[in-house]
Amino acid sequence: MNTIPLVSEAQRERQLRRSDSALPELWTLLDSVTDPEIPVVSLWDLGVLQDIKKDGERLLVEITPTYSGCPAMVEMASEIEKTLTAAGYTNVEVVSLLTPTWTTDFMSTQGREKLREYGIAPPAPKAQGKKIACPQCGSTDSELISEFGSTACKALYRCGDCLEPFDYFKCI
Amino acid sequence: MRPLVSQPLIDYCIAQGDDALIFGQRMTEWCYSAPFLEEDLALANVALDLIGRAQMFYQYAAELADDGRSADDIAFLRDARSYTNLLINELPRGDFAFSMARFLLVDTFNVLYLEQLVNSSDSRIAAIAAKAIKESRYHLRRSRDWVVRLGDGTEESHQRMQKGLEEVWGYHKELFIETAGERELIASGVAVDREALYSTWSKQIDTVLAEATLQRPEDGWKVVGGRDGIHTEHLGHMLSEMQYLQRSYPGVEW
Repeated sequence: MNTIPLVSEAQRERQLRRSDSALPELWTLLDSVTDPEIPVVSLWDLGVLQDIKKDGERLLVEITPTYSGCPAMVEMASEIEKTLTAAGYTNVEVVSLLTPTWTTDFMSTQGREKLREYGIAPPAPKAQGKKIACPQCGSTDSELISEFGSTACKALYRCGDCLEPFDYFKCI
Repeated sequence: MRPLVSQPLIDYCIAQGDDALIFGQRMTEWCYSAPFLEEDLALANVALDLIGRAQMFYQYAAELADDGRSADDIAFLRDARSYTNLLINELPRGDFAFSMARFLLVDTFNVLYLEQLVNSSDSRIAAIAAKAIKESRYHLRRSRDWVVRLGDGTEESHQRMQKGLEEVWGYHKELFIETAGERELIASGVAVDREALYSTWSKQIDTVLAEATLQRPEDGWKVVGGRDGIHTEHLGHMLSEMQYLQRSYPGVEW
C-alpha cells in the first residue's frame, strides 16, 4: 500500500523558514553538522536547527535543545561555530531557544529514514500503543526492555523475530 | 535604569531550580549502583533531565537578578542554608524501593504542577514548564510502573516498597506548602497554587497504591523547613561533594 507521508505543522513551518531564507548557502553548510551521538543525522534532520539570521555583521543561529539536560547540546553549538568559522564567518552566535519546544515532530522524513538505516527505530508519532518496528528486520513483534536506552532520547526494545535488541528514538 | 524585578520571582526561580538540582544530584548517586544496567541508565537520564531543568531556572534567575552571578555560581557557590529546595529532594538515596517511592510522590506532584505552570503569565517560565512537562510525564510513567511492580511483586519486594513509602511519607506535606512570595506570584498568575493540587494528587497516589497492593501510610508526622533553608543533616554532605571542585579551584572550567 502506498502512503502519503504527512508533515507536521511545526515541521512545515521549519521547512518554510529554510526554503524562504535569504541565506541558503548557510543552511547547506550546516547540513554537515550532525548529532555527536548519532552521526548520521544532521541538526536540521533532527529538528534542532530552527533558523539562521543575519543581525548586521553577526550571524545568529537558533537551535532548540532536545532534552533539558542533554549533554550533546554544548557539543552541537560548538560544532556549528566551528563549521561557520572554518567557512570564514567569524562573527557567529548560537542562541538556544526554549520556544518552540523541541518535539520529535520536527524530525525530517529523511532524518527518520537515516535513523532506521543506522539501526535506531525512528519516533512513531501516531503509533502510541502500536508496536515499534525493528529497524533490522522490520518485524513489529517487539517488546520494551527499558524506558531509557543509551541516551535520554532513546528507549530500549528487543525484536521477537530476529531477537536483536535495538534503540527506539522516543516520541516526545 | 532597568525595570524593577520582583525579588519573589527570583526566589521562586531559584527554589524551582534547587528542587530539580538537589533531586537530580541525589539520583546521580545511583550511577554504577543501580540493580541492573538498564536501570542505571534510566536513573542517570532522569537525573540529567532534572539537572537540565535546574539550569533553565537558574539561568532565568541569574538574568533577572543581574547581579553578576551566573547560573553556575548559583548552583555551586551557595551554602546549605541558602538552598531552598524541599526536603524530600535531599534525603539520601536509600534503597531502590525508597527511591521509587520518592519518585512516585514527586513525579505525580510535578506532572500536576507543570500542567498548570505551562499557562504561567511569565512566558519564560511557561516555556521551561512546556519542556519539563514532557520529561516529567515520562518519569512518572516509569516510577508508577516500578511501584506497582515491586509492591505487587514478591513478599520481600512488597515489604521493602511499603517500608520505603512509610519512610518518605512525612516529607510529602511540604510539596503543598506555599511561601508568602509564592502567594504573590500565584495572585499574578506566574506560579501555581500548590495547595489546590493536593486532593487530585492524593487520589492519584491512592490509585497507584491500590494497584500496587500497598497501604497508604498514616499522616501522623511531617517534616518541613526546606523553603526557609532549614535542612536535614544530609544536604551539607551532599553539597560538599557536589561543590568540591568549584570550592577547591574557584572559577575552574573545562
